[in-house]
Parts: sequence; structure tokens; C-alpha cells
Amino acid sequence: MYVAVKGGERAIDNAHAWLAEERRGDPSVPELSVAQIREQMKLAVNRVMAEGSLYDPDLAALAIKQARGDLIEAVFLIRAYRTTLPRLASSRPVDTAAMAVDRRISATFKDLPGGQVLGPTFDYTHRLLDFTLMAEGEPPAAAALPLVAAVSPQRDGGDCDPASRVPHVTGFLNRDGLIEDAAPEDSPPPDLTREPLELPAGRPLRLQAITRGDEGFILSLAYSTQRGYGRTHAFVGELRIGHVGVEVEIPELGFAVEIGDVELTECETVNQFKGSKTEPAQFTRGYGLVFGQSERKSIAMSLVDRSLRWRELGEDDTGAPAQDEEFVLYHCDNIQATGFLEHIKLPHYVDFQSELELVRKLRAEARAMKEAAE
Amino acid sequence: MTKAAFEGRRGWMSLLAKAPPARLAALLPDLPAHEMLRSPETGAVMVQGRVGGTGAPFHLGEMTVTRCSLRLGCGAVGHAWVQGRDKAHARRAAAADALMQTDRAEEMQARVLDVLAAEATAARGARATRAAATRVEFFTMVRGEDQ
Repeated sequence: MYVAVKGGERAIDNAHAWLAEERRGDPSVPELSVAQIREQMKLAVNRVMAEGSLYDPDLAALAIKQARGDLIEAVFLIRAYRTTLPRLASSRPVDTAAMAVDRRISATFKDLPGGQVLGPTFDYTHRLLDFTLMAEGEPPAAAALPLVAAVSPQRDGGDCDPASRVPHVTGFLNRDGLIEDAAPEDSPPPDLTREPLELPAGRPLRLQAITRGDEGFILSLAYSTQRGYGRTHAFVGELRIGHVGVEVEIPELGFAVEIGDVELTECETVNQFKGSKTEPAQFTRGYGLVFGQSERKSIAMSLVDRSLRWRELGEDDTGAPAQDEEFVLYHCDNIQATGFLEHIKLPHYVDFQSELELVRKLRAEARAMKEAAE
Repeated sequence: MTKAAFEGRRGWMSLLAKAPPARLAALLPDLPAHEMLRSPETGAVMVQGRVGGTGAPFHLGEMTVTRCSLRLGCGAVGHAWVQGRDKAHARRAAAADALMQTDRAEEMQARVLDVLAAEATAARGARATRAAATRVEFFTMVRGEDQ
């Protein structure tokens, strides 16, 4: 148990002053601005927004600067800040079919209606260090294609007009009944930022926990399912990245207005079947939706989501960690985890003193018994 | 409010909210005299997604939002909800919303809203053309065992 301590103010002040100096680094090197971090460390900013559970690129960039690039510390700063904000409203559910897509790929259909768009991806790069980035210089301009030329032939009936809708791949499969449905419904979702997380959790609560969960933890769990611990044999049916509008009902006016937009990564996996003597076999689904361009997290999220659905889909509990709702949901939050982990470095003198006394007493008793026996 | 007027207000409130704050300030540098009904206040809006894209709603995470309400001398009341923490942006958007309900609406439409709409379309288009240039056609290679 941690017991409050007194004293040490001067040392603490000096430690924090030194921290500020170390944060700045060598003063002969130009200082990073928050805008530079926001624009040039965008994927770090995205991760801090996703796990901090607050979409605000400027604040996430500031948190990264303040935390000296320690992303979990930055997430901590954002989580602390968000508790100071009054909750003004809840948005209408975002419509990801209306996303202005920067990237949209499918590992299951090469000719998906609407076409595949690679977007600004690391895929197909050689992962060789690019030493030109160490030299000053402008990157080559990205190619642009006029939208008319981008419109696909009639056969797929899709186009890249940003105003048009980009249908989900699962929608096409669903038309033939080959995949389970995700029927629209409007029950108000639970909110783990308002009520303690209780088990068993429904899928909406699980998805809320996982989307703000630690990327590394969710990634490893997802990987464990691929290696056989709660296998679900997932294909990436579709992965899309882009901006969607956020609509909020304005209470003063009684109608909804699109007040801004957020960048999201959405992943839908197509997984192995369920079926029975009475129902024909059908693919099942896993779902990932994460703030920002967060591809790895979103794929991992859909795998973990799918593994947690074993009971609902009548599968066996193999005892795999990724199937254990309590294990996943109670350990995926890196702020809870690091808070409890790191607190053990703080003064525990009284606590430890009692243990010390106990050990001494046990040793003395053992010695006394040994002497009595001799 | 008629349906057209209602749709109109939805549209301009959205355009004002999504405008880059510096751009809106450049197009509408001077605000008319007004009294605050609700001073700009920053808070959070919980963004919802849907399971599987179409199913039950769930909470994705919050975003910062600033809201503001004000009244012009003529009595027109303007509201704004804008993404982010820019209080000046919320105030300017609320003033513009109020002005759109006065006889200055036509001028506002031409001088501010039409410009913002054209710029937003151009920005979206520029991004979409870059995406279009990365559109890919994959071909499946025939493997030996098929022969």
C-alpha cells in the first residue's frame, strides 16, 4: 500500500526543472513546434487521440511534446485533460459508408465495387532507411488523377466522387446471405467513461474499451488468435481510411448539424462460418473502428472483437486469452495498467516495514524451534 | 421554419463550423454589435460508431467542441457548435448564423458562404484526386497446380 509522504519539495522542484531542460534537449537544435508534431508525427498524434479517447490533433501534439515522445505518458495527459471537459452532447452514429476515402482495400475481392485505393501507405515499401530524409529538401509531389478518369468502368458501377457513398464489402456478401447481418438498431450504448465496466459486457461496450485500448496489447492478442489461441481465421474483407462528418443534434434548435469531421480507420473482417442443421453456413464478422489513420490497431481490434464473440456464435471456449472478456477488457487500458504498475515505484516505506518485521519474526521463530530441537 | 429554411440553416451552420477559422476570420473580419447569450464554452462531444458499420451504436471516443450563442441588436439569435477549442471561431460562426437571419443574408451568402463552400469542395476534390491516383488493379497469377 502506498502511504503519503512529506518533504522533498526542493528536490522535486529541481527534478522538474531538469526534466524541462532535458525535454528541450540541445538548445543549438531548433525547438519542435506543436504544429510540426501535428503535421509530421501524425501517426503518433493519431495513436494518442485513439488511446486518449479524445479527438483533438493540437492537444495530442502538445501532449507528445510535453511527454518527450513517451506516447503512453501523452495518452495519460489527454485522459486527464478530457476529464475537465463538460460533456456537451453525444453525436449521431457516424456513417462510414459516406466516408471520403483516402484508402480502401480488400484482401478478399480484387474487383470490389468502387475500386481499391491504396492511399498514403507503407505497404509495398522496402523498409530501407531513406537517408534523403536526413538532408534538407522537398518531397516529390503526389500524383493526382482527375476524378473523371478515376471513375471505374460500368462493370463495378462505383466512382471516386467524394460526395458519393462507398458501399461496404460486407454489404455485397450480405445481399446473397453469405455473411451474418449487422442489422440497424438504436438502443443507447453503454459508456464506460460514465459507469464502471461490468461483465458480461455487450459488444458495444467491448468495442468502446478496445478502441481506446493499448495498441500493443490489442495487437498481441490479435496475433495470438492467428497463432491458434482462439483461432477465427480472419480475412480483411475491407479496410478503409478517411474522413467522416460528425453530426450533432443542437438542443437549442432541435435539428442535427454536421459540426466537424474526424479521420477514422475501419476494418471489417470476414471470418469462418457458423451454421447448423437448420441454418445454412454463413461467414461471420469482426469489426474495428479507430480514430485517425490507425491501420494496425483497427485490424487487431476486429480480430479481438471476433474472438470475444465465441459464446454468441456457439463456439467452444478454448481458454484462450483473446476469448476471455474479463482478461481482455480489464487489461487493455494502458493508463489503468501503467498507473497501477508505476505506482509501485512510489514510497511504500510503511508497507514494506511491516513485511520486513514479519520476515524477521518468522526467521526468529524458525531459529527458536531449531534451537529447541537441538 | 419551412423545410427549405431549415435545410438552409443546417447547411450554413455546418459550413461555418467546418471552415478553417483563419479563413472565416479573413472573410468576416468585423463582427456586428451583439450581446452574448452563452459565451464560448469548450466541452466534449462523444462520437458514436456502429457495430459492423451498420448495427448497434457504440461509443468511439470524444472530440473537443466549442459552442456559443449570441443576439444581434436587431434581435436575431445566432448559434454555433464548432469542432475544436477555438473560441473566436465559435463566436464568429454564431455571429454569421445570426446575420444569415437578417437582411444581410444575401451579402453573407455571396461574400462568405459561397466562398467557403467552393474552397471546401476544392479541398475535398484535391484529396480525392490524390486517392484516385493510387487506385489499383490487382491481377491473380495462375499457379502451376491449376494445369
